[in-house]
Amino acid sequence: MKRKDWRALATGLAFSAPWIVGFSAFLAYPVLASLFYSFCDYSILQRPVFIGLGNYRELLHDEVFWLSLRNTLFYAAFSVPLGVLSSLALALLLHLPLRGRAFFRALFYLPSIVPVVASSMLWLWIFNGQYGLLNWLLRPVCAWFGSTPPAWLADPAWAKPALVLMSLWGAGNSMLIYLAGLGDVPQELYESAAIDGAGTWRRFWHITLPAISPVLYFNVIMGIIGALQVFTQVFVVAGGAGGNANPLEGSPARSTLFYSIYLFSTAFFDLRMGYASALAWVLFLLVALLTLLARHIAGGRVHYSA
Amino acid sequence: MRRMARRSPSSSFAGTPSGVLGRLTPAARFSAYAALGLGSLWFGFPLLWMVATSLSPVEQTLSFPPRLLPLSQHALLDGERREVTLDERVREPSVLLEEVGGPRAGLRTLVPERSFDERDASRRRVASALPGDWLVSERSASSKSQQRNPRRGIAAPSSIETEVQPRWENYPKAFAALAGKSMEEIEGFVGGTAPLSSDAEVSFFTFFVNTLIVCVLGVIGTVLSNALVAYGFARLAWRGREAFFALTLATLMIPYPVLMVPLFSIFQALGWVGTLLPLWVPAFFGSAFNIFLMRQFFRTLPLELSEAARLDGASEFRIFWQLILPLSRPVLAVAALFHFLYAWNDFLGPLLYLTRRHTFTLSLALQSYQTTHGGVQWHFLMAASTVIVLPVLLVFFFAQKTFVQGIATTGSKG
Repeated sequence: MKRKDWRALATGLAFSAPWIVGFSAFLAYPVLASLFYSFCDYSILQRPVFIGLGNYRELLHDEVFWLSLRNTLFYAAFSVPLGVLSSLALALLLHLPLRGRAFFRALFYLPSIVPVVASSMLWLWIFNGQYGLLNWLLRPVCAWFGSTPPAWLADPAWAKPALVLMSLWGAGNSMLIYLAGLGDVPQELYESAAIDGAGTWRRFWHITLPAISPVLYFNVIMGIIGALQVFTQVFVVAGGAGGNANPLEGSPARSTLFYSIYLFSTAFFDLRMGYASALAWVLFLLVALLTLLARHIAGGRVHYSA
Repeated sequence: MRRMARRSPSSSFAGTPSGVLGRLTPAARFSAYAALGLGSLWFGFPLLWMVATSLSPVEQTLSFPPRLLPLSQHALLDGERREVTLDERVREPSVLLEEVGGPRAGLRTLVPERSFDERDASRRRVASALPGDWLVSERSASSKSQQRNPRRGIAAPSSIETEVQPRWENYPKAFAALAGKSMEEIEGFVGGTAPLSSDAEVSFFTFFVNTLIVCVLGVIGTVLSNALVAYGFARLAWRGREAFFALTLATLMIPYPVLMVPLFSIFQALGWVGTLLPLWVPAFFGSAFNIFLMRQFFRTLPLELSEAARLDGASEFRIFWQLILPLSRPVLAVAALFHFLYAWNDFLGPLLYLTRRHTFTLSLALQSYQTTHGGVQWHFLMAASTVIVLPVLLVFFFAQKTFVQGIATTGSKG
């Protein structure tokens, strides 16, 4: 390299200095360390002891691991598709030339930036079996069918569906992303399609959907990643659902023992950091696998224009 | 071509065929507004309900039907007009009896007329009640004395005066509750009868300040560090730049749980666990997403600007600081805004690192109060939640444009 190149390199590295530190200390080292810990017996109090594949082998027979995986996948299987559909539907609705849509956009978006602890408190209250608003509305309806509404977050069968509903309250964020995508669809395409006699459905299928496919793909991937790691709202509602609820045990009756909750309690309450690292790496692989799967399914159907 | 076809989102083009649906028929228009109405209920009503509950008296949160407006009732009780709570609707002709002597003297109970024995000298008749009347009890400032010995009476529905009265005092009470005061202390504190606990070290204000420290320092760090690093990636040519940038982007995929354990041991080794440091110091060392966001923006600024400044002998840092940064306000605002929201919302970070109450952030303080004493104090929980939501709402209303801009960039670069 010439002297000029060395100087350029020095300047470049000087500007990158904070990130070189941040990248090494808060990303590269933790990733490598956690990979190493996952092959170790490690409580934060003692030095890690290498045990090979021991943690991963134990995982296979860990009933709680499978339970938390099932719970998490159940949640993701409902919250991701429902979230994508509802936010896309809302975006299409708010893309129409309607009066006051700026207001409705803002209103629909707001819940997605409400701090999660606050929104979880709010939903604990609304879902409250005895005095909650929702059950007050449902009670007459259920009575008509001769039944009573569930206790939602305090009922093992209904806690996860309630969490899915809660996740739909935050659909406004992806809605805005879709709206931005819809705004980029060239208007002439619709006009010429209309002249060619294409109906609404065909216009949606052949113009809108391909045009927003990158945004759709992005939202699906982010949705999957988010749903598999969901923590705060589960922790808060599981700890607040009444009785001697314990978020680390996934109250009620382990129905909300999600993957990240199990990971958290393994690492910081059982102090089994090695085992928790193995859990984290399995999650990483799962996220990567599902992302690849989504890419495979999307295949050539994601169109990046311009 | 694509840019030209784009319309600004705010321009209204009612009447012209638009988007996928084309011209709206009246029926379609009607259903669209109906859907908007339902959407508003789903997204808006819970927030309204939160505020409504936060202003309600406690007994109103635990009675049916639920009321949106905080009400207060006044009725005649022993000849005086007093604030009362409506306890029970009378179903059959009854009498209100009062114990005359003994340990329960003064206690009043409602008994059906038919099971009332006139000869029983231990109880005296206070009032008669007809079906439809309300059994009411005096509402005192202290909920404790109210439970022990409420002054009760009978009131006909027409004699009860109902008015809307928001209970603003729920807010200071909720703050005191979160700060660890017991219910007795809280009710006494507001009523002014019991002395304030001397253990007033941790106040709600402390939680607020802690959260603000984490947010403000984090925002400063985010803006400074990421702008600096992104400048290096966007506007300087150096060996290894592309490889390092690719590596940076690859880290976006790493889920936080993978980093959680080693990060904790790092901060443990530094002696930072139990302090606010792990929550804001990392912001000063860049983050992959913000570097990416700012790099994209810096690349849109013409390179000639820098060339001209270089010819004038300006140092690279000066070009960055005096030329590029002022031109980049929009993207800096987006990064600052999203970091503020992230830090204000963060729960897992504080849960991991904050061990002592006086370092708690608002979210952690609220959650910890809820699990330890929350129970049925919904009016307090909703008041505290409202306070946590309020800054976010304010930021949203003042920075709507930045929000929309930020979200549009996030999504379309996927």
